[in-house]
Amino acid sequence: MTLLLTFLTSTIRLGITLLLGSTGEIITEKSGHLNLGIPGIMCVGAACGCLGESLYTSSLDSYDQMSPLPAVIIPILCSLLGSALMGLIYSFLTVTLRANQNVTGLALTTFGVGVTNYIISQLEFVSFQRGSRFFTAALPFADKLGWFGQLFLSYGFLVYLSLAIAIVASIVLTKTRLGLHLRSVGENPATADAMGINVTLYRYAATCVGSAIAGLGGLFFVMDYLGGNWEYCIDAMGWLSIALVIFAVWKPHVSILGSFLFGGLYIAYNYIGGVTFAQKELLKMLPYVVTILVLIVTSIRNKRENQPPAGLGLNYYREER
Amino acid sequence: MNQSVNRKGKEQTASVHEPLFHIVKRDSIPWYKAWAIRVIAVLAALIICAVLITLLSHKNPLQVYKAMFDGAFGTERRIWMLLQELAVLLCVSLAVTPAFKMQFWNIGAEGQVLMGGLATAACMFYLGGKVPYPVLLIVMVLASLLTGAVWGLIPALFKAKWNTNETLFTLMMNYIATQIVLFALCNWAKDGSGVLRPMKNFGLPAFGPSAYFPNILVVAILTVILYIYLRYSKQGYEINVVGQSQNTARYVGINVKKVIIRTMFISGLLCGLAGLLLVGGTNHTISTATAGGRGFTAIMVSWLGKFNPLYMTLTAFLVAFLKRGSFNIVTQFRLNDSISDIITGIILFFIIGCEFFLNYKIVFRHKAKEAK
Repeated sequence: MTLLLTFLTSTIRLGITLLLGSTGEIITEKSGHLNLGIPGIMCVGAACGCLGESLYTSSLDSYDQMSPLPAVIIPILCSLLGSALMGLIYSFLTVTLRANQNVTGLALTTFGVGVTNYIISQLEFVSFQRGSRFFTAALPFADKLGWFGQLFLSYGFLVYLSLAIAIVASIVLTKTRLGLHLRSVGENPATADAMGINVTLYRYAATCVGSAIAGLGGLFFVMDYLGGNWEYCIDAMGWLSIALVIFAVWKPHVSILGSFLFGGLYIAYNYIGGVTFAQKELLKMLPYVVTILVLIVTSIRNKRENQPPAGLGLNYYREER
Repeated sequence: MNQSVNRKGKEQTASVHEPLFHIVKRDSIPWYKAWAIRVIAVLAALIICAVLITLLSHKNPLQVYKAMFDGAFGTERRIWMLLQELAVLLCVSLAVTPAFKMQFWNIGAEGQVLMGGLATAACMFYLGGKVPYPVLLIVMVLASLLTGAVWGLIPALFKAKWNTNETLFTLMMNYIATQIVLFALCNWAKDGSGVLRPMKNFGLPAFGPSAYFPNILVVAILTVILYIYLRYSKQGYEINVVGQSQNTARYVGINVKKVIIRTMFISGLLCGLAGLLLVGGTNHTISTATAGGRGFTAIMVSWLGKFNPLYMTLTAFLVAFLKRGSFNIVTQFRLNDSISDIITGIILFFIIGCEFFLNYKIVFRHKAKEAK
């Protein structure tokens, strides 16, 4: 029972990383941008957050003086800013300079991983290990409620915030005028332009907001899931998030379930007994195999409402027919 | 009368609201101008990087660039290593090019190279010393090429049949390949370290002035073959048509599915070759880092080289130079090795960005008036 609970809580916490990443990418893709730079952006989001925490603690005399509010707000703001900046680089190259989206995204990932490794090599790990407890702090009465409390209430505030972000994103995309305009930009930018929608603005804004959300996912991964430790595998989370977008058929609320499923598959090898090290390596394939199966199944079913935005991956030039 | 006044008024307001500049598509650009723009872009990127290096490390940027140059060309050994890096990167880039020309976004070259390398390593591990060397050699070459090809073929079959998204399919195949390599290493390295000791005796035959020479020769020949294949063969033409418009291809009677499957077979086959060269030719062992991100870098090399094998030699050279050069900066100035990724990223941004100025020109307001 305890093992199952540990498995489920880790699943949910890892899933939140993927949820933020995929929600960010969904918003970006709805504007017609296939941003393959998300892995790099999530790395940068994590690194900038850690940088923020580090700057904050270095302004104090000792780590004991850290107070919850700035220790949480400063990293989050830095993370949002850093990853939105990456989104800005991407949009400048693809929208203003009309560069190929796939190539720009891949270059952005290379750049982002480089920047991240550099920033992290310059930081004291203690500061974000200390800061992590403010991110993971659960509701005070969570442990009094037994398994229910542990399964639903034992998480840091970012978990609930992320779920809210995904749900709000879903509502905005489907139920509001803003979402309608954004979707029309992604489906057919020429028509949107003729309707008087500012395609350039929407594409810039969606990419930057999407990048910021994905970057927050990177920060969550380090500060909450890893408990303030650093691992060089955030880019793998980014790639999984991109795959999750297809699994979720471009709907953030479907992505909530998908991300928990992927999170569970990703860590399942730790919880299956009686396997050798070699077999564990094979079990680690699971999330990727499932992704492929999902890709195949969605492509075979080929439903109209499950299609990617029609303008995905294509840049829009008003002058060209 | 009233109407004409109105029209005049409109014209006036139109000229008042004319933007500061507008963008016009170029019909064509002379080759020297195109190269001048590219050179300016690289120079601008180098200046930005120099500023960055100075800010981050407080070193004289000129010295840093000199160290970079030294790292690439300083000694005869370094030149050979540069050429080896160029050869392997170019081999992977050549492999992905036919697929890209067909608008098939194969970002799974990394996995295809790994699987090719794994097949080579498996042959060396299981057959090395047990069968005559020529037999081993033949089996090794066939196994690695076919394994790479099969790894590329799987996504292609689904793409052809159900139009399954190939970008993510090939990407996921990378991770599966990585896990298979880890699985194999767990079984092969009996000491539990997961590191396979180099099997030097069973590699590809070495000849010529350097250990890297055979690889370089193979890739040089391959470059010419692929250039001819893409440019002058019927199959190369079919790839081009499918890439431009699948509907046109169908209309003129090209079997699109067949072209997709055939092209990805070739693409995977060549990735397998890159794996063979890496494992059989130089490393004599395999790890998950054997492909070393070249599968992704190759995409940029191929695109920047406009899918032309001859231009790609130049862009691959640039990237190989950056890699070897920044490796030397890192060791000589004890900088963090992530600097090389940052520099490569910035230079790529500038090269990607400068394509805009090759395709479009900016016309400013007053110039446009003079033209009238």
